[in-house]
Amino acid sequence: MALADIGQRPGLLLAAAVTLHVGLISTQVTTSAGRTIFHTVVFGGFSEGQRGASTVVGGVRNVWDSYFALRDVRSENDALRAELNALQVQLQAERARAERADAYRSLLQLRARVPLETTGAEVIAAGVSPEFRTVTIDKGGSDGVAADMAVVAPSGVVGRITQPSARASLVQLIVDRNAAAGAVIERTRVQGIVVGVGDGSLRMDFAPATGDVVAGDVVVTSGIDGLYPEGFILGTVERVARGDGLYHEIAVRPAVDFSRLEDVLVVLQRHAPPVEAVK
Amino acid sequence: MRALGTLAALAVAVLAQSASGGFEWRGTPTVDLVLVVVVYVALTGGPVAGLVAGTLGGLVQDALSTGILGMGGLAKTVVGFLAGRFGTQFIVTATVPRMVTFAAATAAHAVLFMGAYALLGLRSFPDPMTAVAIQAAGNGLAGVVCFKLSEWLPRALERRRATRGMRVSR
Repeated sequence: MALADIGQRPGLLLAAAVTLHVGLISTQVTTSAGRTIFHTVVFGGFSEGQRGASTVVGGVRNVWDSYFALRDVRSENDALRAELNALQVQLQAERARAERADAYRSLLQLRARVPLETTGAEVIAAGVSPEFRTVTIDKGGSDGVAADMAVVAPSGVVGRITQPSARASLVQLIVDRNAAAGAVIERTRVQGIVVGVGDGSLRMDFAPATGDVVAGDVVVTSGIDGLYPEGFILGTVERVARGDGLYHEIAVRPAVDFSRLEDVLVVLQRHAPPVEAVK
Repeated sequence: MRALGTLAALAVAVLAQSASGGFEWRGTPTVDLVLVVVVYVALTGGPVAGLVAGTLGGLVQDALSTGILGMGGLAKTVVGFLAGRFGTQFIVTATVPRMVTFAAATAAHAVLFMGAYALLGLRSFPDPMTAVAIQAAGNGLAGVVCFKLSEWLPRALERRRATRGMRVSR
């Protein structure tokens, strides 16, 4: 707007001049609160403007956060879920590693406890036939492993070597239908033979009916078979029944959890049966 | 040229006002020469001229006083504008209407000036009616004198010039 035009609008000019004067006055006159009217008016007006702007911005932000930002939330959610899955996998791996470490520690403790020459081995495969309960370990003839050597775990007897190769060996588990071991009730020294049933459990045969056997008794190897060293745990008596003949019918729960078998010890020396037992 | 004249008149009025500081009635000057110039400019130049003159004159007056800067400016701006409007709407050429106009402008100025001060609680005016009445009379008189001077002075100069020309021709 040109100056000449402003001259044609005296009302506008008056309003501008009055505003200028009022503004000028307000910068000098103080209120009862000790602040100038200019400060009070400007601050009051500005604070109301700020309040309004804050309300508008807050509303917009609320709408944005509630609706539009959900797109980002979804992608973020997907990323977090993927990260969570990765972490869960990692956690499982760590847990497995810790379990392996525990197993190794138990194995080392067993190795230190057993006064026999042993070698540690890792189970690398399970049996290929459901009829035969076997596993494959990663130690073979090159490691000094030979047939009929006993295989034990920290929790008890595992089985025996049946087929050693140069770098691996097949182990017949004690729960196999064709497996057997000389056994004795640890508490009462009642002797018998523990055989595999084939369904994952054990049975103790030839335990005299006159012998003192109760559920919960621990069954250990007697060493009479010449395969398993004496004193290794075979399992726990689960059920005892008086048979028709001269012997108890004893069901034994294996000490070893064969479904979780990972590391074992192979007893490298064959064990000779105790003289009294042979007699 | 007219703007320069207005500025010069305002400057002279401010100087004369400061020189006549003793002419007061209970704190209110008996004549406000700046206001007289503003009303004069408004009546002769219109509302915009009155407004500008009021703004300038009032602000200068405020700046040279101890009051709030803008109070006098505001009052004189509004009065200058109203006087200019009045001058464009009515024929104000006779002595009495001019005097009444100056008196009314003085009253309006007083209402605005004193009212603003009173409204903000910054200053009290004892017996304002008498003071305003006295100032209105003084301003009315000064305004009429201004007009008379402004009308007489050019003619006198012209006469003098003419007289000097006749002497030279003889």
